[in-house]
Parts: sequence; structure tokens; C-alpha cells
Amino acid sequence: MAQPQADFAVELRDVVKQFGDVAAVDHVSMAIRQKEFFSMLGPSGCGKTTCLRMIAGFEQPTKGDLRINGLSMGNVPAFQRNVNTVFQSYALFPHLTVAQNVGFGLEMKRVATDEIKRRVKEALELVRLPQLADRHPKQMSGGQQQRVALARALVNRPQVLLLDEPLGALDLKLRKEMQIELKNLQTQVGITFIYVTHDQEEALTMSDRICVMSRGKALQIGSPLEIYERPNCRFVADFIGETNFLDGKVMRIDGEFAEIEVAGRKFVGRVGEGARVGDNATMSIRPEKMLLVDKPTPGALNTYETRVASIAYVGSDTRVIVRLGDIQLDVWEQNSQSTLDPSYFFKPGEAAWLTFKPENALVIKD
Amino acid sequence: MSTQNPSTRLFGLMFPGAFWLIVFFFLPITLILGISFMTKGGSGSPEFPLTVENYSRVFGEEYLTLFGRSLWISLLSTILTVIIAFPVTIWIVRLPKKWRDLAVFLVMIPFWTNFLLRTYALRFMLLNEGPVMRAINGVWVDSLGFEDPIELLFTQFSVMLGLVYGNLPFMILPLYASLEKFDWTLLEAASDLGANVMNSFMRVMLPLTAPGVIAGSILVFVPAIGNYVTVELMGGGKSQMIGRTIAQQFSTANHWPFGAALSLMMMIVVTAAALIYFRVGRGEKVR
Ligand SMILES: Nc1ncnc2c1ncn2[C@@H]1O[C@H](COP(=O)(O)OP(=O)(O)OP(=O)(O)O)[C@@H](O)[C@H]1O
Ligand SMILES: [Mg+2]
Repeated sequence: MAQPQADFAVELRDVVKQFGDVAAVDHVSMAIRQKEFFSMLGPSGCGKTTCLRMIAGFEQPTKGDLRINGLSMGNVPAFQRNVNTVFQSYALFPHLTVAQNVGFGLEMKRVATDEIKRRVKEALELVRLPQLADRHPKQMSGGQQQRVALARALVNRPQVLLLDEPLGALDLKLRKEMQIELKNLQTQVGITFIYVTHDQEEALTMSDRICVMSRGKALQIGSPLEIYERPNCRFVADFIGETNFLDGKVMRIDGEFAEIEVAGRKFVGRVGEGARVGDNATMSIRPEKMLLVDKPTPGALNTYETRVASIAYVGSDTRVIVRLGDIQLDVWEQNSQSTLDPSYFFKPGEAAWLTFKPENALVIKD
Repeated sequence: MSTQNPSTRLFGLMFPGAFWLIVFFFLPITLILGISFMTKGGSGSPEFPLTVENYSRVFGEEYLTLFGRSLWISLLSTILTVIIAFPVTIWIVRLPKKWRDLAVFLVMIPFWTNFLLRTYALRFMLLNEGPVMRAINGVWVDSLGFEDPIELLFTQFSVMLGLVYGNLPFMILPLYASLEKFDWTLLEAASDLGANVMNSFMRVMLPLTAPGVIAGSILVFVPAIGNYVTVELMGGGKSQMIGRTIAQQFSTANHWPFGAALSLMMMIVVTAAALIYFRVGRGEKVR
């Protein structure tokens, strides 16, 4: 498929999809690069599947422009788009064997029989199932069916592969294995993957970029690092990983940093997008980015005496909940020492000094 | 109980079924078989001596042609029924739940009305003296200026219409049972893989609903071959089918032995046709 490549494999420009009164997708714009592993991440019902279905051609946008490889898709029907889908339910044809399933797309394109045979074999080797070519889908495990669905899509060498929670039905262990396999496969075949998931860990480990969605809107698009370290709104900070929120008012902005007052206490953090002096804002500080110490460093910012409410030892770290006045904070202390000495750990009721660096906290506009 | 030997037990188990088969199937068939080798008596009732003359008539050109024609008309009506039933059933299955139940109910309503009555009603619709055709011909002749009024009743068309109309529910219901279980994402998968509407239907939907199509076809085809009410009322003598001929042998022509011979032939032909069809249908599915 030697086509001239546009800058973007898929582009959504201000796309809206309305179902009756509900806007399932609400003015979404995103540009997915060639050969990128792009994830759409968000809670149930946020419009991920609807986006994917519009790209595949199963739904038409109510408004906006959708482009594949630079070409506006307007009324191009699904069967003429150079994209393939791996369905969440796999949607394998139950009356056909694995080989016939995988060869279906090539047959529709009237590829010569010999070549179909060869490419089906290749595709099944790629997903490591060559020995099962003559089975029917019902005679296979979920993981195997998932691979067949993958082979059936990849064999067509589409420009873009759409995957709708393809690992959703698998158990945790198989899921982890398949995550690595999928990622390797994507690098190997060099196809743009658009991957839908509501599992943030999955999105973080596999993606080049992630689009976090909520209620039909694309809130933030960025690399896993950007999404985790620089969330642009409260929802993203909350949805990706764990975090503490300190709600207050922005008092001062000084270059990259902002001071926020929370219940009479002052905290300093990086200033996030759009935060202005006088705004209500929240400070997001992740539990692993705070430190509990016995004695404060004199003059250090963001240092307060707290009381330990509870601790939980989870092996790699110890999860401490501390109280600062009415505020409760989660703090994860890494267990960097191998010790059996109980005095190494804080105990409930003890005083502890909480401290964190301003560059590790983020002040987000509400 | 425990002293009963296995063969008595087996006999006990088989008795009701066997009794049924013997009394209601083998006995009548044997009777028909016997009659088919007898001679027509003066009053029409069969008499001796035995003869094979009835069969030589059955295998004569006239009746073989009639068989061929009947098979062809039944086949055509079955195909038309499938073609009409498919979109209708798809439409029903895709309706929201409460409307779907209502639609299925409406399909079944004709079963509660006498078949003869329904056929008469249809006939009345096509009758040139009836209100429907009078209105149509009013436009046709008076407004459009055609000389001859349209005549629909007592034509090949009216017989076909009667057969398709009468048999449609027998196709829709089994098809509905098959389509209800059909996973519609498979059609999306097919179109995702580059199949147009025709290919999606032929390669995915049809093979997966084949059991319903086969069952429906048998239910439609077999009665169509033997049908004489529709042929009589809608064809009015202009369209002859084997079922009507047989009925005439037992009534107006008063030739029971020949009617019996024709009946047996028809049974053999229908059974053979059904068997072949099952074979082909099953072959299609496995591929
Ligand atoms: N065909 C439809 N008709 C009406 N509403 C729909 C239809 N498809 C989706 N919706 C609605 O649009 C919204 C988005 O649905 P969508 O399936 O895209 O969510 P999702 O992000 O994929 O969720 P999940 O993680 O549960 O799969 C939901 O509120 C859903 O109820
Ligand atoms: Mg979904």
C-alpha cells in the first residue's frame, strides 16, 4: 500500500456526534500521527467507542470533519476505508475456520488465492497461532480468539488499526502478556494503532500519546509523561494515578510558580494552564512526591507538622495517611531500606513533618 | 418390573409411536398403493382387475410436464417468498422490543383465519368487479386512456400471488427464529473487512441464518406443490398444478386409481426434492 503519507494518519476536527439529545462526542479535535500508538482513555460512557466507530465508518459525525490520511471521509462507507477494527467482542465469523476468518478481508479485495494462503499463514505466525488454522472460533480460548481477531485485521495491512478494549475480556495475567505483545507487534508492523481502554495503567505503559476523555470531550492529549506529570485539569489529575487535592485560592504567581492558600495555610507549586491570581484553584500533589521527616529543614517551603492517622505496609512502599488540620493526605514512603526495625516506620498518632518541593506540585485552575 | 426382559421394554417404549405410524401412515399409504393398481369402476370406486395402466399414464408426457410445471411454480414461489421474507424479517428483528413482539403477533394473525376465507378475500381484491380493481382500472382506462382494463385474476400472476401470500408467515417465523440469534456486529466486521452489502449478506448473514431459510423453504415448498385451493380459486382453471389434478381425479373425474397413482408419484417427488435440498443446504453451511 504505497500511498503518499499525510502528516496525520487520522484527524478529527471539531467532531460532534449526537444521539438524540445526548452528545456522545462533543466538539472533539485530535490529530493522530503516522505509526503512532495512540490511546483513548476515559471512564465508561465518555464516547471512546463512538469516536472509534466514526473513524471506522460505522457512524457518521453529526458535525465536524474526519480525515484519514489527509482525506476527508465525508460519506465514504466503512468497507471502502483503509482501516481495520479489532472488536471488543472479537466478532469472529463462527461459520468460518480461523484461516477463512483471517483471509476474509483479502478475499473481499479479490487477492489471488495463492497470495491469500501465504499472507494468512504469515499473519497467523505473527500472532503465533499457525497450528490452529483449521479450527473454528468456538473451539478456541478467549486469548486465542483475540489473536485471530488481530490477525484478521492486520493481514489487510491497513493504514490504521482500531482496537476497542481488545484485552477487556482476558484475565489479568494474559492481559499483561498481551499488552507487551501488542506493543511489540505495533513496532514490528509499523501501523498506526488507535487503542481504546478505560485502564489507565494499560494506556500509560503502551501508548506514545494518550487522549483523556470525559463526557464526550477530549480533555488532554499528550505523552504518558505529560499526562501524568502535567495534567491540565482536575479530572485528568484525578483519573490518572493517585493524587491529593488541596482546594484554595491563588494568592500570588511568580514566574513558573504559584502560591495557593488552603484553610489559612500557604502552599507553593508549579502554576498550571490558565490559573490566575484570585482564582479558585486546586493543588494536586501525588502521594509518592511527598516526604515525611522527623525534623523540618529550616525555611523550607511546603513544610507542615502533621499527625499520622494510619499506615499500611505494602512491600515496595508504606502508605501513610496524615492529617493536617482538617485535611487528609496520602503519602507513599518508598521502603528503600531493607529493615525489620519497627522504629524505622511512623506510627499512628505520632507527629511527622510533611514536606514536598514546589516543582512536584501543580496548581490547577478549577 | 425388574423381571421384564429388554425386548418387551423396547416394545413398550416403541408402541405408541409405532401404533401411530401404522394406523395413520402405513395403512393409508398401503391403501393408496393398492388402489393405484386397480381399475376405475363404473361409479368411480376402484375395481379389479389389477393393472399398471395408471402408471403408464403418469409417466406419459402430459403428466410429466405437469409435474415439471408444478415443481417449477412451487420453486419459484418459494424463492419469491424467501426474497420477500428476508427484508421483512430483518426489519422486524431490528424493531424495538415492544414493537417487535407486536409485529410477530401480526404475522401470526392470519393463522387464526380460515385459509379458504383469506384466499377468497384476496380473490375479491383482484376481481375486476371488486372495488380495488374497479378503482385501478378507472384510472387505467378513463384517465390514462388505455383501451383494455387490467385483468389480474385467473392468471399466472394471481396464482403466484396467492401462493406467496398464503405461505409468507411459514417463511417469516423460522427466519425470525434464526435472525433473532444473529450477532449484528458480524455485519460491521464484514464491512470493516471490505465486504459490500451483497457480500456481507451472502458470506455472513445467509450462511448463519441457513437453518431458518431451509426450514422455511420446506414449509413453503411442500404445501405449494400439493396446493389446490389457491390454484383453483386464483387460477380458475387457467393454471393447472398437480395438486389440483389429483383433487379432480378424486372428485369430478371420479378416477380414484389414477388419482392414487398421481398422489404416490407426488409424494416421491416431494420427498426427493426435500432431501436434495437438505443436502445442498447442509453442504452450503459446512463448505
Ligand atoms: N447507538 C446509540 N444510541 C444512543 N446512544 C448511544 C449510542 N451509542 C452510544 N450512545 C451513548 O453515547 C455515550 C458514549 O458511548 P460510548 O459507547 O462511546 O462510550 P464508551 O466511552 O465507549 O464507554 P465504555 O467504556 O462503557 O465502552 C453513552 O452515553 C452512550 O449511552
Ligand atoms: Mg466502549
